Amino acid sequence: MHVEEKMTVETWPAAPEKQTLEAKNKFLGFWLFLGGETVLFASLFATYLALKDSVPRSDMPLAKDLFEIPLVFAMTMILLTSSLTSVYAMYHMKNFSFKKMQVWLGITVVLGLAFLGLEIYEFNHYVHEFGHTFTSSAFGSAFYTLVGFHGAHVAFGLLWITTLIIRNSKRGLNLYNAPKYYVASLYWHFIDVVWVFIFTVVYLMGMVG
Amino acid sequence: MANGQINSGNPRVDIEYRRKKNAEEMKHQVITFALMIFLTLIAFVAVAYEGFTGWFIVPFILLLAGVQVVFQLFYFMHMSHEGHEAPKLFMYTGVLIAFVTILCYTTIIWW
Repeated sequence: MHVEEKMTVETWPAAPEKQTLEAKNKFLGFWLFLGGETVLFASLFATYLALKDSVPRSDMPLAKDLFEIPLVFAMTMILLTSSLTSVYAMYHMKNFSFKKMQVWLGITVVLGLAFLGLEIYEFNHYVHEFGHTFTSSAFGSAFYTLVGFHGAHVAFGLLWITTLIIRNSKRGLNLYNAPKYYVASLYWHFIDVVWVFIFTVVYLMGMVG
Repeated sequence: MANGQINSGNPRVDIEYRRKKNAEEMKHQVITFALMIFLTLIAFVAVAYEGFTGWFIVPFILLLAGVQVVFQLFYFMHMSHEGHEAPKLFMYTGVLIAFVTILCYTTIIWW
């Protein structure tokens, strides 16, 4: 089976994401990368936990002054839903429904953009209403590094998935691009994994005090 | 081959079987999603409701986050499927180092 061979519903394998050697390597390499990302985010979480509420002056805002439930709740629901829509995309990929897969990935991108928009609004709000900036305190540095790094991952994921959608729009599904789509969806789920800990450790625990 | 093509010799039968299997799996994914939303709601409500102390809420919402991440990894990212031995090794190693890192930072700087 050649990777760029024109596939049909009949010839489409059950696990297209791991059919070729290149796909198997990609799958393995990407999971190794995700293991590394886990460690990377752990160091950022650890830094945040250690420096949380470390401010030089007592009039500066602390975590419990900054965070509000409605905004974080909306962001969480949006990102969680975008994780499900990319599951739908991979479901259609396995069924060789190229159009449906592209549509679900499109919805994922729209939800990701909404999340990013809310995050930009949030950071802007903290900077202008509270004077909580990257350089205002150790707390600020740790907060923006952790949450901003996650936001950068979302932005990169959006670029990645959008590129895949556009690059392959006229190509259709084949064994060359199916693993690419699959790995991008893994990346998107991992962004949601990190967010689960961010909304719990940073926002909810921050509001508890 | 564990993840190869399932072949009965009749492609039509295979496709129908696979579609049914995929549809069934998708149904499980939607149930997983509903559970994740439910866990998230409980975590937010536990914090919004002012009747609990931090000593109860913090371990409780961390536990909910842990459960939710297991759902995400094992169902949405298919880590429960066969052929995921290496991903499991990578992720467990990552989680172990992550745990030790966070333990070190928090204990050394706080105590």
